[in-house]
Amino acid sequence: MTVIHLTLKIWRQTGPESKGSFKTYESGPLATAMSFLEMLDVLNERLILSGEEPVAFDHDCREGICGMCGAVINGKAHGPEKKTTLCQLHMRHFRDGDTLVIEPFRSRAFKLVKDLIVDRSAFDAIIAEGGYISVNTGGAPDANAIPVPAFTAEQALDAAECIGCGACVAACPNGSAMLFVGAKISHLSLLPQGQPERSKRALALVKKMDALGFGNCGNEQYCEKACPKGISISNIARLNREFMKAAFCSVEE
Amino acid sequence: MQLDHRIPSGPLTEKWDRFRFETKLINPANKRKFEIIVVGAGLAGASASATLGELGYNVKTFCIQDSPRRGHSIAAQGGINAAKNYQNDGDSVWRLFYDTIKGGDFRAREANVYRLAQISNQIIDQCVAQGVPFAREYGGLLANRSFGGAQVSRTFYARGQTGQQLLLGAYSAMMRQVKAGKVTLHPRSEMMDLVVINGQARGIVTRNLITGAIESYAADAVVLATGGYGNAYYLSTNAMASNVTATWRAYKRGAAFANPCFVQIHPTCIPVHGTYQSKLTLMSESLRNDARVWVPARPGDKRPPAEIPEPERDYYLEKKYPSFGNLVPRDVASRNAKEQCDQGKGVGDTGLAVYLDFSEAINRLGEAAIRRKYGNLFHMYEKITGQDPVKEPMTIYPAVHYTMGGLWVDYHLMSTVPGLFVLGEANFSDHGANRLGASALMQGLADGYFVLPATISSHFAESALLPINTSHPAFTEAMDTTKGRIQRLLSINGTRTPDEFHRELGLLLWDHCGMARNEAGLTLALGRLPKLKKRFWQDLKVTGNGADLNQTLERAGRVADFIEFAEVMILDALSRQESCGCHFREESQTGEHEAKRMDDTYSHVSAWEYQGEAQTPKLHKEPLVFENIQLSQRSYK
Repeated sequence: MTVIHLTLKIWRQTGPESKGSFKTYESGPLATAMSFLEMLDVLNERLILSGEEPVAFDHDCREGICGMCGAVINGKAHGPEKKTTLCQLHMRHFRDGDTLVIEPFRSRAFKLVKDLIVDRSAFDAIIAEGGYISVNTGGAPDANAIPVPAFTAEQALDAAECIGCGACVAACPNGSAMLFVGAKISHLSLLPQGQPERSKRALALVKKMDALGFGNCGNEQYCEKACPKGISISNIARLNREFMKAAFCSVEE
Repeated sequence: MQLDHRIPSGPLTEKWDRFRFETKLINPANKRKFEIIVVGAGLAGASASATLGELGYNVKTFCIQDSPRRGHSIAAQGGINAAKNYQNDGDSVWRLFYDTIKGGDFRAREANVYRLAQISNQIIDQCVAQGVPFAREYGGLLANRSFGGAQVSRTFYARGQTGQQLLLGAYSAMMRQVKAGKVTLHPRSEMMDLVVINGQARGIVTRNLITGAIESYAADAVVLATGGYGNAYYLSTNAMASNVTATWRAYKRGAAFANPCFVQIHPTCIPVHGTYQSKLTLMSESLRNDARVWVPARPGDKRPPAEIPEPERDYYLEKKYPSFGNLVPRDVASRNAKEQCDQGKGVGDTGLAVYLDFSEAINRLGEAAIRRKYGNLFHMYEKITGQDPVKEPMTIYPAVHYTMGGLWVDYHLMSTVPGLFVLGEANFSDHGANRLGASALMQGLADGYFVLPATISSHFAESALLPINTSHPAFTEAMDTTKGRIQRLLSINGTRTPDEFHRELGLLLWDHCGMARNEAGLTLALGRLPKLKKRFWQDLKVTGNGADLNQTLERAGRVADFIEFAEVMILDALSRQESCGCHFREESQTGEHEAKRMDDTYSHVSAWEYQGEAQTPKLHKEPLVFENIQLSQRSYK
């Protein structure tokens, strides 16, 4: 078992209104097979026993799919590994003696809650505006009634893989949510089932995204690099296309 | 306590139709006068919230995560079963029903399982209409794959993230009702107690996980969809926050807990690698379609897998079970892995692992085809272990995964507390003593989209519901109890963290109430629990205070409940002296070391009733009646 030692500079902030600062901790010995969050667990166990409040951080499935975890490590959302959530980042990717600066996902639209925890409910608010196909339960036609080309289904799934973690927003210099919104718009507008509400959806989601304080895309591509699911920025191009088409051609408000 | 299953009379195939015809309805204008609380926002909770909202009820939905899109259903990889018979390979509703009840080792109700199989087809239709991007054939029709415990291909899937796509479908449908004003969301809220007034479930007490505020909510019915209790074992494939608290609190308020000893240990998980480990990761059982399970034929053979020639490998599942081979049900696969490791044939650093090898399938179908099918699972495996399954076989070992036990419910999904409904993994209803792969997603969505919305109206139509609000003394009492308990946890100020106690409990259960159980081990574990509980309440250390976001306090509360719950689980395992499904009592096995059921004595559901602090819970039995199928010893040979 290989063991490393790290210096951790972690953002500590007791609440949204209080002033935060970095606090430095020595990690102690860490097995390289450990995940990043297990490293925080070990630190927190030590802090609890010493009477200090442990570092608050969001996490749940620890399998890279629920989208709950996330922090910025040395300036990179979810850390240095490509297509990896924080919970799937392992200590073998760091070197003995490294210093890690660990901060929350910062953005105007994500209010800080405590330490590394932020409020991402703005994402839910966007989806509520129309990130769905309006079908009530019951009465759906047979699942094979409408064929969907395998390639189209795969493309839709590429976009639908988004886990809503918010790394794209944290990585974007403009705090834009266009990768998140683009992924949802792509998923639904590619499928035949999503056609009836296609224009309405594009207009509504963009409007809500703007109202919540997210910025605009500046084609910097930081979002794509940070995305743990590898959602392509071509989804932003599709979002722009869908929005323009709807804004100019749609008769719907 | 009376256990009335309320199964409609008549032939099995007509029961659900008959129920829907005979049940009392609520007219649309009156539906909006009813308030329903839904706790949990996984597949069952989200689908129920969406559908109840569409019907016109007023719904309040609570979850502990920051967003209702994160329930642990999201981590289900492999797929969802349905009896569509799109592959023309001989499937039917009856076959799905039979496979499911046989897979559960004949410890589930015929009527419930048949209904599940009937509804399975509607679920697929509904999900496709919502835009769930299931895998397709090149002609545009839906693709299927096969799964453990079945000889037909009836599993619908979206790469290795079927649970995610289904949950996002249900979540989206629910968010549409949020927009419509029919569903109000309460994320980052943990249910701390159930409020029962005049014998009916009428509300809940919650802790706001951001502010620490203890809040109460009143309603006309309460729906629990809070998942399973696998985290009692500390290490499991469950999410970190998955817990038994909501169902345990309901149990203490009068809901019977059924079959708590039925815990599924999933055969294909990444093996344990260190004491700091926080959870175990499952590798979908769909991998067993194209991978072969083996160990070295000679005990103690420590050569790397590539250096072990074919004749010196033991493909023990294929050898022992020629007709199902690597696709035997989960309990059988898990027990056999343990058996091989116990014989010293285990591999890896700890000797607690077996190989899952893709090389034969890669030679047959090509690397590209295999990567297309399992790419994200390979990616996940490589992330965690640093090894590429294409280059060397995966190592896997069983881990606690799913709990078939849960709160007892009748055919209406109502618990023994009128007005308290329980859905998905939180109830005990459909999987008997062992759940087949791709059946959990099916059950969660069947309960939420179709069953509960049809059954809840009869409760409203037939019960006298007095107007109440949260100023009722029962709410005050429940809030005071919750506050007192939190204060107690905070004031101990001992020397051990909640996780330390949790690890200790987990190890105790894994060793004595895990893959194989016997009377001596269970008795020993039962004897240790009161001491563990006592030490917990004397030596726990929780930092911070209650009026703040405090994750240590959250964990402490959940661990306290797991410790109490473990007693019922062990009592249940002790009282069921047969082997069935995942519950393997060493005293009850065949000459070939297969599980031996005892239908004459144990063909029943065990439902435990709370009798007060420090009192042994009371066991009630609901006999299982099989009118349509012949019970047989399961054989996958």
